[in-house]
Amino acid sequence: MHELAICQSIVAQTMEIATSHRARGVSRITLRIGPLAGVEPALLRAAFPLAAAGTCCASAELVILIPTVRVKCIFCGAASTVAPNRLLCGVCGTWRVTLLEGDEMRIESMDLLEKDVAHV
Amino acid sequence: MCKICGCAQGAGHVHVAGAILHTEFGAKIEVLQAMLHENDRQAAHNRAHFTAAGVLVINLMSSPGAGKTSLLEATIRALRGRLTIAVIEGDLETENDARRIRGAGAQAVQITTGSACHLDSTMVHAALHTLALREIDVLFIENVGNLVCPASFDLGQHRNVVLLSVTEGDDKPEKYPVMFRAADLLGVTKTDLTEAVGDFQTLRALRHFRQLANPAPMLELSARNGDGMAAWIFWLLAERDKCRVTIAKHAHD
Repeated sequence: MHELAICQSIVAQTMEIATSHRARGVSRITLRIGPLAGVEPALLRAAFPLAAAGTCCASAELVILIPTVRVKCIFCGAASTVAPNRLLCGVCGTWRVTLLEGDEMRIESMDLLEKDVAHV
Repeated sequence: MCKICGCAQGAGHVHVAGAILHTEFGAKIEVLQAMLHENDRQAAHNRAHFTAAGVLVINLMSSPGAGKTSLLEATIRALRGRLTIAVIEGDLETENDARRIRGAGAQAVQITTGSACHLDSTMVHAALHTLALREIDVLFIENVGNLVCPASFDLGQHRNVVLLSVTEGDDKPEKYPVMFRAADLLGVTKTDLTEAVGDFQTLRALRHFRQLANPAPMLELSARNGDGMAAWIFWLLAERDKCRVTIAKHAHD
């Protein structure tokens, strides 16, 4: 259950950004978690309220974007969508592929509740 | 539609990292930061320490009981007089493994994590300052026995070694792809038990491993009867030399 530790890290980063923008609070946190990140979205959701309790993130909605796992063949160049435990080229079948997406573990964005925000 | 650029994503869409857009409800901030940003930052700091001191650092991971400590004991004995090895031991409780490592003749620091399922870079940082790094050639970080959580936490190591014992079954790489994809070397351990286990096929383990698109070498090892230990030591010495070359380059720059 490392998801709690990850939630604590997300909350710490969110608080830092919210503070630096003098936000009143955070309404939404958007994450991108690939199937090869080793993080279980359902467990992350369950752990989040524990890490967020009493912070500016306590009422934030957690949005989790889950990309597919995609690889590119180093021989034939084909891109394929694959299962997380079968990273093989969909065309020629080789395991000599590079990962295009699927291992992301990233905070994409956050929506802040703000009183006075300058126009860009 | 976004009022600023006209794209389809609507209000609050941001085009520059860290920029703020005014919306009816507040502001959307583009972050694009690793979820474990602080751990990654500390890990980079640890790695800089290790590299500056000329120490090759290996994060040793496996399920509990795959033979991490036994392999380390055999490695320390095999390299006695050639390389100085130290070990950071991670376990939920007890000093047992650190005692075994000291018994084999190497320096050991035990980290007890309580209920935490993995080591993180802060724990390793605290441990590394208790070691005389400049006197060490290779530092092993024996992670908490677990095929899931340790894979997500960078500790500042140079290489990941993942062990799979023949008693666990040859389909482990297929079941735990994140861990095995991270391996720079896969060690199949306890090969002295292969016959007793009966249904472990090394080639099948290798096939599952390659299906993760991982080109890393796989070695069959027995810390008990010494099989494969020469190849393992050869790999360690080669990695240690590569690490040294990197340091020499840094010194020239």
